[in-house]
Amino acid sequence: MSKLPKLILGRIGLGAVTLVVVSMLIFVGVELLPGDIAQQILGQSATAETVAAFRLELGLDQPAYVRYFNWVVGVLHGDFGHSLANGRDVAALLAPRLAKTLFLAGYAAVIAVPVALTLGVLVALFRGSLFDRATNVAALSAVSLPEFFVAYLLILFLAVKVSLFPSLARLDDTATWGEALYNTFLPALTLILVVIAHMMRMTRAAIINVLASPYVEMARLKGMPPMKIILRHALPNALAPIINVVALNLAYLVVGVVVVEVVFAYPGLGQLLVDAVVKRDFPVVQAVGLFFAATYIVLNLIADVLSILANPRLRNGR
Amino acid sequence: MLNFLKQTPPTAIFGMLVILVTAILAVFAPLIAPYGETQIVGAEYLPWGDGYVLGTDNLGRDMLSRMIFGARNTVGLAILTTAIAFFIGSFLGIFVALKGGWIDQTVGRIVDVLMAVPPLILALILLAILGSSIPNMVAVIAVIYVAPVFRLARAAAMDIAELDFIQAARLRGEGVLWLIRREILPNITSTLLAEFGLRFCFVFLFIAALSFLGLGIQPPTADWGSMVKENASLIAFGDITPLIPAAAIGLVTVAINFVVDWMLHRASGLKD
Repeated sequence: MSKLPKLILGRIGLGAVTLVVVSMLIFVGVELLPGDIAQQILGQSATAETVAAFRLELGLDQPAYVRYFNWVVGVLHGDFGHSLANGRDVAALLAPRLAKTLFLAGYAAVIAVPVALTLGVLVALFRGSLFDRATNVAALSAVSLPEFFVAYLLILFLAVKVSLFPSLARLDDTATWGEALYNTFLPALTLILVVIAHMMRMTRAAIINVLASPYVEMARLKGMPPMKIILRHALPNALAPIINVVALNLAYLVVGVVVVEVVFAYPGLGQLLVDAVVKRDFPVVQAVGLFFAATYIVLNLIADVLSILANPRLRNGR
Repeated sequence: MLNFLKQTPPTAIFGMLVILVTAILAVFAPLIAPYGETQIVGAEYLPWGDGYVLGTDNLGRDMLSRMIFGARNTVGLAILTTAIAFFIGSFLGIFVALKGGWIDQTVGRIVDVLMAVPPLILALILLAILGSSIPNMVAVIAVIYVAPVFRLARAAAMDIAELDFIQAARLRGEGVLWLIRREILPNITSTLLAEFGLRFCFVFLFIAALSFLGLGIQPPTADWGSMVKENASLIAFGDITPLIPAAAIGLVTVAINFVVDWMLHRASGLKD
């Protein structure tokens, strides 16, 4: 029994270490700039005094490890510094956009996960049929398409040719839930289409893998209906890989929003990141990058812990 | 030949045809394209036909010509990037598999960290630091994709490194380079090749996405990703022209996936 907590604690520890190293990577990256950040921002024409003054303002007179430490302490207190482009507080800049990005990703996930799992089970049930093969080709194609292609196709058909949904995902703070869901339907649908294919394929593969085992043969021989075999015998044992792929796709949803947000001009974190990269606004890039990386790491961590818990052999300590 | 066509699934044949056409367009782009890559030939956003098969783009350049040159730039850069990632990744992977010990641990942990960050986010952070240009983009994406290639090459080489003929070669006193090139590489080539196809798709989509965001291949170079962005406003008028480069990206990726799927199927000897 003592094995399980140890395993899980170990995994959480590993996640924490990864997070720290990644935060260093994000911080140190900026240090590697040729010259320094003050020179970069002010440009070639700046006088030596302005650069020196700006350097002092940014705290560049302190050694890197002190600044890293200060940055981490600041981040832990919710202080991400100030934007280089407009001097605004980064945390204040992030908060409303974070809510919007999470709203969009959550919206897509709530629809995509159940649909993908149901489709995956159905395709595994009717494997080898025309339905299975057609779904497989469709899924393989969907995985191969760039997100912006899917997004523009949806805009073309559902917003321009038939004016069902707005092509720009405006989201006012006054909007009711219904309006918000309606206005962001197209970006959410794009994300759903992109992640469903992968989750469905993996669900199918995981179930079919289990279907080859002797106890499924046994269930089949005693005359159990195929649907019941899959739901009672195959699915519980295929849970670990399925949980993993669902968590991976949730992580992808949070990250994949970058391109989709740009297409639909949706005021979320992804668009902020792209803008900040273009302007080389490092505090914003660091903050958003750290947030995305942390989400990704934590979701992967949850996936691993859940798949440890889903495995009865590990759960029962042997 | 006929026999081959019969045995190969239609999806794979379709895939190979698409790849062949793209390769021909890319190699002979200047001979095939009716106009130059950046040549302004008329008014902006001319409709299809009338001398310009696919009309003109936002600056009055011939769309068809830009599509053809785009094949060369986008696909060419994707191949270059994938090749760099594979060269470094597989060399490092096999090297640490042979050496083991602290080198193995160090490189392994670095790769773990690289893979813990979502690729697009890592690329955006690195591009913010380096500034966006073609060499920077190629370098950044290559570094990001070294990680998965390293893992695969290391895992594949580990299995081989334990075998007797490697021991024999070591006892003969062969150097590490010889071991990598003559003993291990020939045994894991098929694994690496299939992976190359898959990774190429990822890199290709990645470059397209970065260019679409305006952080990859920079204008005026013709490239399928940025062509979508440049002409995106046409979509609001129900014009499908901006979707053609996007569709081309999708088509090439689907084609490669079909071929790789078939190759993996054949290599594993499955006949379900």
